[in-house]
Amino acid sequence: MSEPTKDPASELIGKATGEPATNGLLPSTGLLPSTGLLPPTPGQTVGPFFGYALPYERGNELVEPGTTGAVRLHGTVYDGAGSPVPDALIEIWQADSAGAVVRRSGSILRDGTFTGWGRTETDREGGYWFRTLNPGATEPGRAAFFAVTVFARGLQDRLFTRAYLPDGAGAPSADLLDADLRDGGPLHSDPLHADSLDADPLLASLEPERRATLVTSREPDGSLRFDIRLQGEGETVFLTYDGAPGAGRDGVGA
Amino acid sequence: MTDPGRDAAAETAPSAGPDAAVESQAQLSAEIEAGHDAYQKGLEQGAPEEFGPRRDWAPYRSSLLRHPTKDLHHADPETIELFAPVFGERDIGALEADLTVQHNGEPIGERIVVRGRVVDGQGRPVRRQLVEVWQANAAGRYIHKRDQHPAPIDPNFTGVGRMLTDDDGWYQFQTIKPGPYPWKNHFNAWRPAHIHFSLFGRELTQRIVTQMYFPGDPLFPLDPIFQSIQDARARDRLVATYDHDVSQHEWATGYRWDIVLTGSHRTWTEPEDGDE
Ligand SMILES: [Fe+2]
Repeated sequence: MSEPTKDPASELIGKATGEPATNGLLPSTGLLPSTGLLPPTPGQTVGPFFGYALPYERGNELVEPGTTGAVRLHGTVYDGAGSPVPDALIEIWQADSAGAVVRRSGSILRDGTFTGWGRTETDREGGYWFRTLNPGATEPGRAAFFAVTVFARGLQDRLFTRAYLPDGAGAPSADLLDADLRDGGPLHSDPLHADSLDADPLLASLEPERRATLVTSREPDGSLRFDIRLQGEGETVFLTYDGAPGAGRDGVGA
Repeated sequence: MTDPGRDAAAETAPSAGPDAAVESQAQLSAEIEAGHDAYQKGLEQGAPEEFGPRRDWAPYRSSLLRHPTKDLHHADPETIELFAPVFGERDIGALEADLTVQHNGEPIGERIVVRGRVVDGQGRPVRRQLVEVWQANAAGRYIHKRDQHPAPIDPNFTGVGRMLTDDDGWYQFQTIKPGPYPWKNHFNAWRPAHIHFSLFGRELTQRIVTQMYFPGDPLFPLDPIFQSIQDARARDRLVATYDHDVSQHEWATGYRWDIVLTGSHRTWTEPEDGDE
């Protein structure tokens, strides 16, 4: 890490009020010896009453209707009893269809430019949907996915997961899709791209049954289905990016 | 506000069972204490310090069927996860950082200013990034349709704010101090007063939704949500500090609350990398 030589913590000391490290102030002393980082602020549940605050108009519409390449990503969120979760919040963050990370504001404004980020709440039946683009692979040969974040009443801290395209890197071309639909045959994965799913380091590290929870299915209408199971049979694989225990909040107490 | 009329569930999960409503605070407190004792014992035997809440935490009854039972799976963040969405001035209305001016009249309650700094685990400011807040009014009532607490709605208070951090990671907003409110986790259950926060870092891995509390709240030890964080030092990180430098003469009292996101996974080759 090419960090400037100045110790960031020492920089903070001058700016904090000089109080000891208590009650939600940046600590004036001591990075965590285990990680060399400041201790992170804990998460808390989004609670039951976010519905009037976080969702916003067209938050789930990353592209306008009729946009070339528009795809519907949809699914249902289930709890451990198999009941739909009607008060979850789902966010997606993705590359554009060429695999580029979009660095453009406007996700809340929604003026028609693609920003790569969307948010929606689940409906009474636990369902959600986004109108977006198939993400491209951000690196050649890698599998393409939507990064998905899940919040809900009863869920103490956010959950990260990935929704991979069934066809690996890139979507089937429109021609291929049309041909399949015309023939009435089953949609097949592009064999050129299916390999990228097998080569994906995360997917390769999972048992087939668990791995399947991260791969969207292409429905006959061309849409992508991604159900999220918080608990129990078919439980979705949720991710931690913590490099070492204690580096973040996820080290223990999943 | 996609569909304000929709039927969001009440706060108690059906799975909590018919006895849920008659469980006493004493029962819940005993469960909380048992959990914390076990954590302390673990620490003494060399178990790692915890920084977040337990997702598997039975005293918060709604969590019973909503926490993963399998361990979180380690993933090396890939390109998209090493960036966060960008928000700009055009995403936010000019008055959204003042929750007291969103209606024709003045909301009732104790006017406060909340100010703090958002930094990453390395202590670097999170610049020009979105902060969202929402809260109950001074009487402990949310505008949300399913909030059935028979406390008055304030026609001059919605309780929703948005702002961007400045170039040094500072955020600041003006609001009314929220009241505590009852919920249905158990009999006579009350949430300590809090403001909900939603924060983005410079990469997706740092995304966090949390709650800020007020110092000295007598409801702290009783609250299964606050106490889902096993470590007392970690809980303290959610408690704001009264800050007289933030208070404003003959106008508002001030609270300071700093937020530390998790460490960055990106290699920062230049200070402004990725910031626009
Ligand atoms: Fe709340």
